[in-house]
Amino acid sequence: MTTSARPLPGPAREYHFPSFVRHTLANGLSIIVAPVEKLPVVTVLAVIDAGATNDPHGLEGLAQLTAEALREGTAKYTGLEILEGFERIGSSLEAGADWDSTIVSMTLLKEHVSKGQALLAELLTAPSFPENEIERLKAERLAERLQILAEPRGLADESFSKFLYPEGTRYSEPMSGNSTSISAIARQDVADFFASRYTPDATTLIIVGDVSVEEAVDLIEATLGSWKGEKAAGPSVERQATRRAKGLEVIRKADAAQAELRLGHKGVSRSHPDYFSVVVMNAILGGLFSSRINLNLREKHGYTYGASSYYDWRCEPGPFVIATAVQSEVVADALRETLSEIDRIRSEKIPEDELSLATSYLEGVFPIRYETTSAIAAALANLVVFSLPDSFYGEYRQNIRGVSTADVLKAAQTYVIPEELRVVIVGDPAIVVAPLKKLKFSDVSLQSPVEA
Amino acid sequence: MVRKLRAAPRRVTLPKHPNQFIKMRIPIETFSLDNGLFVTLSQDRTAPIVAVNLWYHVGSANERPGRTGFAHLFEHMLFQGSEHVGSNEHFELIQRAGGTLNGSTWLERTNYYETVPSNQLGIALWLEADRMGALLPAMTQAKLDMQRDVVKNERRWSIDNQPYGTWFERLSALVFPESHPFHHSLMGSMEDLSAASLDDVKEFFRTYYTPDNAVLSIAGDFDQHDARQQVEKYFGKIVRGDGKPQLTAMELPRTFGKPVRAVVKDDVALPRLYLAFRSPVFGSDGYYAASVTSAILGMRRGSRLHRSLVRERQIAADASAFTFDLAKGSDILVADVTARPETSPQKLEDEVNREIDKLMKEGASQQEVDRAIALIETDMVTAMQSASERADRLSMFATFFGEPGKLNEQSEKYHAVTAHSVNDFVMSSLGPDNRATLLFVPADTGEGKVSESADGVTATAAA
Repeated sequence: MTTSARPLPGPAREYHFPSFVRHTLANGLSIIVAPVEKLPVVTVLAVIDAGATNDPHGLEGLAQLTAEALREGTAKYTGLEILEGFERIGSSLEAGADWDSTIVSMTLLKEHVSKGQALLAELLTAPSFPENEIERLKAERLAERLQILAEPRGLADESFSKFLYPEGTRYSEPMSGNSTSISAIARQDVADFFASRYTPDATTLIIVGDVSVEEAVDLIEATLGSWKGEKAAGPSVERQATRRAKGLEVIRKADAAQAELRLGHKGVSRSHPDYFSVVVMNAILGGLFSSRINLNLREKHGYTYGASSYYDWRCEPGPFVIATAVQSEVVADALRETLSEIDRIRSEKIPEDELSLATSYLEGVFPIRYETTSAIAAALANLVVFSLPDSFYGEYRQNIRGVSTADVLKAAQTYVIPEELRVVIVGDPAIVVAPLKKLKFSDVSLQSPVEA
Repeated sequence: MVRKLRAAPRRVTLPKHPNQFIKMRIPIETFSLDNGLFVTLSQDRTAPIVAVNLWYHVGSANERPGRTGFAHLFEHMLFQGSEHVGSNEHFELIQRAGGTLNGSTWLERTNYYETVPSNQLGIALWLEADRMGALLPAMTQAKLDMQRDVVKNERRWSIDNQPYGTWFERLSALVFPESHPFHHSLMGSMEDLSAASLDDVKEFFRTYYTPDNAVLSIAGDFDQHDARQQVEKYFGKIVRGDGKPQLTAMELPRTFGKPVRAVVKDDVALPRLYLAFRSPVFGSDGYYAASVTSAILGMRRGSRLHRSLVRERQIAADASAFTFDLAKGSDILVADVTARPETSPQKLEDEVNREIDKLMKEGASQQEVDRAIALIETDMVTAMQSASERADRLSMFATFFGEPGKLNEQSEKYHAVTAHSVNDFVMSSLGPDNRATLLFVPADTGEGKVSESADGVTATAAA
């Protein structure tokens, strides 16, 4: 009734990441255009050198709040008029900051691009930051803080960052700030942050979709060509020191239905020369469904719905994290199994067919990742944020193919460091603490969830 | 995985201008195999990738009493191997081929899908055919026990250990009568999951996982002739089923007939209200006005609820509205509003109801209708960029209506909606006799709550 012979692949059709063109305006504004003709859709994305790592001490969350506040009023329009202006043409303006940049973007039907771009340009050049709207945005952020802390996954993620990076470093605090820092932000802080960081020479406009290079450049020139300003000399980037000793912390969540588990340590920066080895090594360890950690915890033991690992890529070394949620009773067993997988990948070369699983996956899904204009625009933004060469996407698959089993072993031995693993568990202490104390993490400290 | 229902699901269609209309029309070719498998092909050769998508017309609605959650547990079993495929090999083979894959379970259907480089179409079709044709030789008690544990952990993760996590099963129970197939939990109770047996797996497979109860869609880069041949080669010999039991009566009165209400004390930080209304089923004549109404109420920041309650009056921290898009019996339109910390549950409930009353009193304007349609249209066109989305939408229209071509009519259907038709729906369906209230209230346990201390960590001795 079925056929036992497995089909073999035919010859692969060639794929090229969309070609793009760079252009710089006289005022220093950079432009990247990638014409993609598939559908009458265009994404416009502005990436600005204004990330959460640029937040002043005590005002964590300022980059995020400034990005959101752009939409709340300009010299010409009220916040409501801006909102209506975008939605009338079937679009919404997304605005937010991550660690290393601010990103403002919209995806719209081709016929509406000029209208959308006129509004976007107005926001970037002449925001008015009305006091009442800033206060409302702060209140919305504070409500969100309460939601995150009541949610075990969010609480685990934030507690892990706090446990990994020493107090006072930017990475130890949430990207969008904590309740104290958000409350401390004043309208003037937003206006000052904008004035010092949102300048044409710190901004790249990326246009992807059903548009020609000439059309796109003309449109940006017309809307942003007269934007003035120069980047202020920025403060030197803070080194993100980590706590390097092993440690285990339990965050109290009485009657939790499950235990959220995070373990890891400081990872490597995005510009690290061993990037591709680390990506392939991580895919095998915990990046794929068929990764060692997921198959062990989920398919061999049934401890969890899923377990994964990732390197959080930032300009400075972000965390390397293994994340899962397990039945409370087996949290120590799950941790022990995870540690054994770490030992295994560091102690012996992976078999060739395990390597080829990871590399053929990463190669094959590459075109699938870039089906949409918004995904292509985000990929181009990464070139800007991490100063990657323009050839990065063209050479990506070749670089993945170049990783050997020896490279994977070396990456595991160099960038997964058992002596520095720090563990955070959000769960019911009555169930999880006693078994954890039997593991080789000498100290198990029990904490209550807190908000600074 | 269980389908995520948080924001309005995306639908797909075409823009209104005639020239773009032609440019956007999705090519659709259909055929059926002798065993009843209905196949849709939609070619797009812009990138060398192809999506394979199978909908089985079975969901949690088809579960028998005492076996809630079984359709979803069964979905997990489909990744545990089949006659010629080892346990977990399905995932490995697709990932090795450079593809992505998953499956999901919903009230009315279960879907399985892969997106692969186009030269790997064969392996995706072969894998789907092997489990449709010969799943049972690979099923064992040990595999069932393992997936039962995985699913119980999925339940803990996505429902029991999440603030508001039970909203979907509570709301389903509230808005559908006890005897109705949509009433019970999609994820299922721990007790019923424990009770599921290998015999249940066999019976469910034989009854529902048959070619005549499935549709197959292929979207993206393929050769028509070759794709057709491969489908016939791999699926052609699979035997037709013996038919499936009729669902118990799905038809429901147009409204609840009276206000319905439930209050839940839960481990949440802020009160949240789910206010639900019965509405016309997905794809029906009345559906599009209901869908536009949900967008007027709660799609994006310029919608009525967001604008009034979050932006202007600052009573709510967030607000949205959407339809479930159920194709049988009755659909549900839901407004989902979370309070600001200083807003009491009672005030939240009163103010949301006042906004609904206001819409009934003043009616929606043509401007509001236009805003909603413009947003829906951009979402639909944008979604069509993805081969996987295309294939999934084609499977949906093929499963529910036997006509995947309806996908190409969605834009016109939305553009035919007027302020008049919206207000007809509003007047007939948003009144007090058609409101179901599910209100989450923070339980004041002292645990899981945010401490008042200004800084640092309050260390306590380990227990």
